[in-house]
Amino acid sequence: MNVIDTRNLTKKYKEVTAVDDLTLQIKEGEIFGLLGPNGAGKTTTLLMLTTLRKPTSGTATINNFDIVRQPDKVRKSIGIVFQDPSSDEVLTGYENLKLHRWLYGMPGDLAERRIKEVLELVDLTKRKNDLVKKYSGGMRRRLEIARGLMHHPKVLFLDEPTLGLDPQARGHIWGYIKKLAQEEKITIVITTHYMDEADNLCGRLAIIDEGKIIVSGSPGELKKKFGGDIVRLKAKNLNIGALKKLNYVNKVEKRDDEVSLTVKDTNEHLQEILMLAGKVESVEVHSPTLDDVFIHYTGRTIREGAPEGGWAQKAMAFKTKR
Amino acid sequence: MNNLKGIYALWYREFKVFIREKSRLGFSVINPLVWLLVVGGGLGSVVSFDGVNYRTFIYPGILIQSVIFSSIFFGVYIVLDKKIDFMKEVLVAPISRTAMFVGKVVGGSTDALIEIVTLLVIGFILESTGILTGVSINFVSGIVSLGFLLSTTVAMVSLGLIIGSQMESTEGFQLVASFLLFPLFFLSGALFPITNLPSWLSPVVFCNPITYSVDGLRGILIGISKFNIGLDFAVIGTFALITILIGTFAFKSMEV
Ligand SMILES: Nc1ncnc2c1ncn2[C@@H]1O[C@H](COP(=O)(O)OP(=O)(O)OP(=O)(O)O)[C@@H](O)[C@H]1O
Ligand SMILES: [Mg+2]
Repeated sequence: MNVIDTRNLTKKYKEVTAVDDLTLQIKEGEIFGLLGPNGAGKTTTLLMLTTLRKPTSGTATINNFDIVRQPDKVRKSIGIVFQDPSSDEVLTGYENLKLHRWLYGMPGDLAERRIKEVLELVDLTKRKNDLVKKYSGGMRRRLEIARGLMHHPKVLFLDEPTLGLDPQARGHIWGYIKKLAQEEKITIVITTHYMDEADNLCGRLAIIDEGKIIVSGSPGELKKKFGGDIVRLKAKNLNIGALKKLNYVNKVEKRDDEVSLTVKDTNEHLQEILMLAGKVESVEVHSPTLDDVFIHYTGRTIREGAPEGGWAQKAMAFKTKR
Repeated sequence: MNNLKGIYALWYREFKVFIREKSRLGFSVINPLVWLLVVGGGLGSVVSFDGVNYRTFIYPGILIQSVIFSSIFFGVYIVLDKKIDFMKEVLVAPISRTAMFVGKVVGGSTDALIEIVTLLVIGFILESTGILTGVSINFVSGIVSLGFLLSTTVAMVSLGLIIGSQMESTEGFQLVASFLLFPLFFLSGALFPITNLPSWLSPVVFCNPITYSVDGLRGILIGISKFNIGLDFAVIGTFALITILIGTFAFKSMEV
């Protein structure tokens, strides 16, 4: 059963088309990743699916409810962790969770149990009675993740949930997310700029750029589609012309005195490549990672302009709020 | 059911924030006192209206002033919530926009209620010590005044929320709110009697709903009023209903 079904979903702002004719199906219990460079349209997509922004055209159903015609019903089926800070810092961590409990109409005993559980998960039990104002950026982020995971909706949207978190916290959260999908059949849509996160969590993912899906599939499929291993050669005078002629070499990229080749069946052909290349200083062979896939399809690395730390900065900037 | 819990959640938040920011109450009480003692005191020695001392005359007006200013500026928190994603967290919850609006109105009115009670108690103390003469604050007049002041509060909180829901910046909010507040306050008879007004002014004053708040409250507290108190109450009640209706609508159309 498709829990999420988008049909030609489109959002135009004045000058830009943020989401362009997006058609996508996601099944129950799937963890689906949305990857893409900054400004690709990930957040806009999630905001439309969570009924916070109206599509310019097209629509989608969530849990069989139409996001345009039945937004109230959709909201009963979903939960979201926003990209930007969304907790009240004049309240304590615990009070923020209580607020969420009432907003989602959770019964008291269940709510208390879940609050305890998620606070433990994000390691904030000891700090739950401190004002959020006094939290570090990462702690505030963890609180918001805890809040999003609290009410076990049918569909959960996570917009760069683990941005700026330490590896240990990320590990715990990944574990919990997987458990939600497997044991509770919760469908999860996650955006991330961390390729290891996507690789670890997502059953399927789509790379989008300028509002369009460029490619989608499981992480394994995408790596396979890449068409071979990556062979990186460092040498002064490389015979690039000769390398390009080889039929098992798919792609040749040169950067300074380094060349990166995409090679099919590397084991059989490495010897020949090295002979043709002449005197090399170093050779490195690795099977493609999601990073390579991403760069290949979007033409840039995810780290260029990735909003590292941007979240925490935003959180700080609004400290003076009330 | 869920909506009730949602309203409670929003009220809870406002209340917690209010008691944590004690300076808010402090300023909202100090400001009217300064008006009463300095303006009322200064002019009081030379001016008297309708046979009462000026300080006594403006006490109801100052109560209204304090209430309408802090009530309308409560709307600025909507703008601040929109600046971070807290607004989205509320908007994405499975409660209706009407409940959201009601929760906010109840939250803002609670803040004002605390302020009103404080000011009435201060009035009572000033009256017992003879600083304020001719004001009758007792249990009955206190309760009726509370009713008047609360209706005014609800109307003005709603008005503030309407403005806030449509604004993107706090500066913009301040501009619009001040633009509305000054005529509402200065053309309401809070500071002068509304009998014998120049003919160009009286229609404006009579169209101003706050005029009826002031008139009613003055009637209750010092026994001077131009209109029937029932009419005053009807006007301010209607004004509150209209702003609530527009407010619910404004919240429904609010985008983030
Ligand atoms: N409220 C808005 N008004 C106008 N343009 C907007 C608005 N929100 C987003 N955009 C534009 O829509 C495009 C997509 O933005 P979006 O936030 O969806 O990107 P994203 O994929 O989430 O990026 P990031 O990785 O930086 O979070 C961008 O070009 C952005 O400038
Ligand atoms: Mg985004």
